[in-house]
Amino acid sequence: MGLDFSIVPDYIDILIAGTLWTIALTILSIIFSVAGGVLFAILQLNRHAAVRRPVSFIAWLFMGTPLLLQLFLIYFGLVQIGLDLNAFVAGVIALSLHFAVYNSDIIKSAIVAVDKGQYEAARSLGLSQLQAMRKAIVPQAIANVTPALGNMMIALLKESSLVSVIGVMELTLSAQRAISDSFRPFEFYITAAAIYYVLNLGLEHGVRIAERRSARYR
Amino acid sequence: MDFALMGRVWVYFADAALVTVQISALAILLGLILGAVAALGSLSVKAYLRWPSRAYVSVFRGTPALIQLFLLYFGGPQVGIHLDPFEAGVIGLGVNIGAYMCESIRGAIISVDKGQVEAGRCLGMGHVQVMRKVILPQAARMMVRPLGVNSIALIKGSAIVSTISVLELSYTAHRYISSTYKPFEMFILASIFYLIIVSIFSYGVGKIDKRVSLEN
Repeated sequence: MGLDFSIVPDYIDILIAGTLWTIALTILSIIFSVAGGVLFAILQLNRHAAVRRPVSFIAWLFMGTPLLLQLFLIYFGLVQIGLDLNAFVAGVIALSLHFAVYNSDIIKSAIVAVDKGQYEAARSLGLSQLQAMRKAIVPQAIANVTPALGNMMIALLKESSLVSVIGVMELTLSAQRAISDSFRPFEFYITAAAIYYVLNLGLEHGVRIAERRSARYR
Repeated sequence: MDFALMGRVWVYFADAALVTVQISALAILLGLILGAVAALGSLSVKAYLRWPSRAYVSVFRGTPALIQLFLLYFGGPQVGIHLDPFEAGVIGLGVNIGAYMCESIRGAIISVDKGQVEAGRCLGMGHVQVMRKVILPQAARMMVRPLGVNSIALIKGSAIVSTISVLELSYTAHRYISSTYKPFEMFILASIFYLIIVSIFSYGVGKIDKRVSLEN
């Protein structure tokens, strides 16, 4: 069977819908994974071991196991405890949690890496604790985390293809639908790969701009 | 928590863990070879060696591993590539991680001080000789850790081959989740095996790194 890319345009609607779902999935998960990362980082830097330990344990567990397995756990596990989530929500939760753990690691070390003298200087200039955090520590920490967080966002876009296994109609599953209709796996997987590649280039470009902007605060 | 069930099925997870180890080991090996070749290619002065290497890295890092795997396994037969799931898993994972390993190896090579190259050239060594006798021995020390990180990512990433029905850990976990409706138990069981594999592997990498690192 030869290759015939001329059939791809017949399925353009489903591919575009899939691409939009992938974009939505990625953007939502990026937002929640960064917010979750900040939360986990703060909890792991807490001075009470009773707060620190459980969060660190979950982080360790989630860093040592595959995303695919976590996806199964969340999708099937939440059903077991009576929460019948739709696949898209389960996908967002799994991706957000998985990457929040990695992000918290990055954020934690970035906060610790900001020179302690900076905080003391801000305090001695009369800034309150919160002000010192907001005006001195956070801007510098953001400059430190942007490149690494950017890499995580790029990884998240690619890993979002995994949620196709629990039935989220994103780009990968849309390509599979087109394949089961047309019996042309090669053409549609190449097309899906090309779309991911373009999305990836766009995201990389955005990340680089963010890096340049935040480097100013260093 | 149903410990009795976990006690009954854990042997199947142990068998599956061996498959995960095999597929990861082979894929890491393939990735190292491809990564080394591509890294040398991407640092070559000859454009016909440099561009294919760069394209390989860009394409395989720029698209999801899952899509690459599906393309190989499901799309392969259309272009005359017939592989069983295990072979497709090894090749798919290996080719994917090779692109990341290329970047790790390349990073280690270019972090060797430029003066070292110049000194080697001044002593009358050729380009290849400088690479072999001066740069690589120093770069090798620096690439252990990043390559270890790539390999650990691969061990965890190997879960995706369950989608092409390789009977490894995640496939087994998924099968038992669907047949027993005990997702937490099965997740924990599979997690234990992943954590054991990853811990042993990172212990080994740490040992090697300590041995070759100049910091001590």
